[in-house]
Amino acid sequence: MSEKSQGLIAAYRHVDKAAEAIRTLKEMGYKDFTVFTPAPVHEIADAVDHKVSPVRLWTLIGGLTGVTSGFGMAIWMSYDYPIVVGGKPLGSWIPYTVIGFELTILIGAMATVTGLLVHIILTRKRAAHDPRFTNDHIGIFVDCPLERRGAVENLLRTSGADEVRFED
Amino acid sequence: MATMVEAQPERATPPTYNEITRDIAATLGNPTRGYYVLLGIVLTVLAIGVGALLYQVRFGLGKAGYTPPVMWGVYITTFVFWVGIAHCGTLVSAILYLFRSGWRTAVYRTAEAMTVFAVMTAGLFPLIHIGRIWYFYWLIPYPNQRQLWVNFKSPLIWDVFAVTTYLIVSTTFLIVGLIPDIASVRDLATGWRKKLYSITALGWRGTDQQWRHYTKAYLYLAALATPLVLSVHSVVSWDFAMSIVPGWHATIFAPYFVAGAIYSGLAMVITLLVPLRKVFKMERYITEDHFENLAKLIMLTGMIIAYAYVTEYFMAWYTGNPFERASFWNRAFGDYWWATWTMIICNAFLPFFLFFRKVRRSIPALFVLTLFVNLGMWFERFVIIVVSLSFEYEPYAMGHYTPSWVEWSILAGSFAWFFMWFLLFAKNFPTVSITEVKEILPMPRKEKAHV
Repeated sequence: MSEKSQGLIAAYRHVDKAAEAIRTLKEMGYKDFTVFTPAPVHEIADAVDHKVSPVRLWTLIGGLTGVTSGFGMAIWMSYDYPIVVGGKPLGSWIPYTVIGFELTILIGAMATVTGLLVHIILTRKRAAHDPRFTNDHIGIFVDCPLERRGAVENLLRTSGADEVRFED
Repeated sequence: MATMVEAQPERATPPTYNEITRDIAATLGNPTRGYYVLLGIVLTVLAIGVGALLYQVRFGLGKAGYTPPVMWGVYITTFVFWVGIAHCGTLVSAILYLFRSGWRTAVYRTAEAMTVFAVMTAGLFPLIHIGRIWYFYWLIPYPNQRQLWVNFKSPLIWDVFAVTTYLIVSTTFLIVGLIPDIASVRDLATGWRKKLYSITALGWRGTDQQWRHYTKAYLYLAALATPLVLSVHSVVSWDFAMSIVPGWHATIFAPYFVAGAIYSGLAMVITLLVPLRKVFKMERYITEDHFENLAKLIMLTGMIIAYAYVTEYFMAWYTGNPFERASFWNRAFGDYWWATWTMIICNAFLPFFLFFRKVRRSIPALFVLTLFVNLGMWFERFVIIVVSLSFEYEPYAMGHYTPSWVEWSILAGSFAWFFMWFLLFAKNFPTVSITEVKEILPMPRKEKAHV
């Protein structure tokens, strides 16, 4: 993630100006840009307008795997070494609900975190970073070669950025 | 030398993003002498606890004060106590997150860290209690040469699954929440702290894609943790409620235990937040309003507890079961009357003081009150476990249990173990969430928002 690439980096103090710049960039057809925010900001997320994260699918699949394996394990193991306890049937699904439930949560949560890592890795882009972006500035990095620098720099400067610089 | 920035002086206006980062990062600097003295005391007590445990391991469980029929004593009491303490963290971090309550942001990190350390403490006690600690892995269903599997109908096995899941999920939740904050302090730190935070931030830079996946993942983790927190103490309560001991065999146990758990956890959060706020000069972020909100939750859960106490006694009388009646009579007026009345006064009477706004907003009053609640909640578990077991069905099988010095030492050691982790955490990672405190404050705008 730390590798840098060539492009323009702009720092914004004002959220509305940054959102405006993002919308203009998109209108101009730029897709290869990265926005940094110190905290999740709705206005920026709306401007960037990504599809809903597929992490939720990982949660669902993890949860379903958990419930199946929880019940499956308890039932299979009860029949594999059959001991009657308390006169109850071997495959007593009611007490096994606890196991099924706990594994739903456990595997669901683990799958969610795995999904989070996988999707962050899959969607990462080369981008220069500035320490202010984890503090109080919004950053926009536009990946562009030196020769196309002019138009983008003009856009970023007129959109109200505090600072625009070219990163090699 | 690793350094962090200096704290900003207190102001009345809402803090800017920069002030938030700097004020919270300032709590992480080099510890004072007081910190090392405190850590030294904690480590000494821990050493006493470990010594007592080694002594018990060497000479056997006979060194604990177990007297038939009371074979569950201080260890199981303390196990339930610490699992209970853990519950508040997930309540504040997950349930209040789903309810979108903004005030949680300033206190949730402390509560969540407390949860993880409390479960880490609780998890030790069943192992200490089994005596031969080295056989603990028999609780895990693994293929073995005897081709035996664990008994999934046993509440003790449910407990293994519930507490393990709780430990893993609450730790994950804490770490996931910490990552953006670590990235913030990474960008300010110098020296070895910079290296530590660069590694632990896992490459976080706050990009649009990272937030896109992160906010969703956090939401689903909260959605999973919410039923989990309610289930864990229910399962712990079934350790008792599934058996036929008078005083245990009641359907009210699950909600009663969950309310008690959250009640004791909230009390512990206040106990920890009061000194933390003072030492870290966090008065601007953790205000009296936060304490009042926590106090209101204590009031709510305290009322549920008081109601459960009344219900328990009512049911013992109303069912007409002579064993139940005798058991509850023994609780109030038998050998252990002092434990029962400590529990009732601390848990069911003291929270009534919280009806006064002045008490809810007085930090010294809350601090003292929560210490008593913690005491009362430990005794509640002692009463439920020990007193019920000592007075079952047959008079010739009744007995009296007095905890031994080994048990008291291990109990003290468990507090030291908990506080050791908390002290180490508080000086190395942000105890107030930088990101979430920022999230509830709007970022500056050049033009007025169109609402």
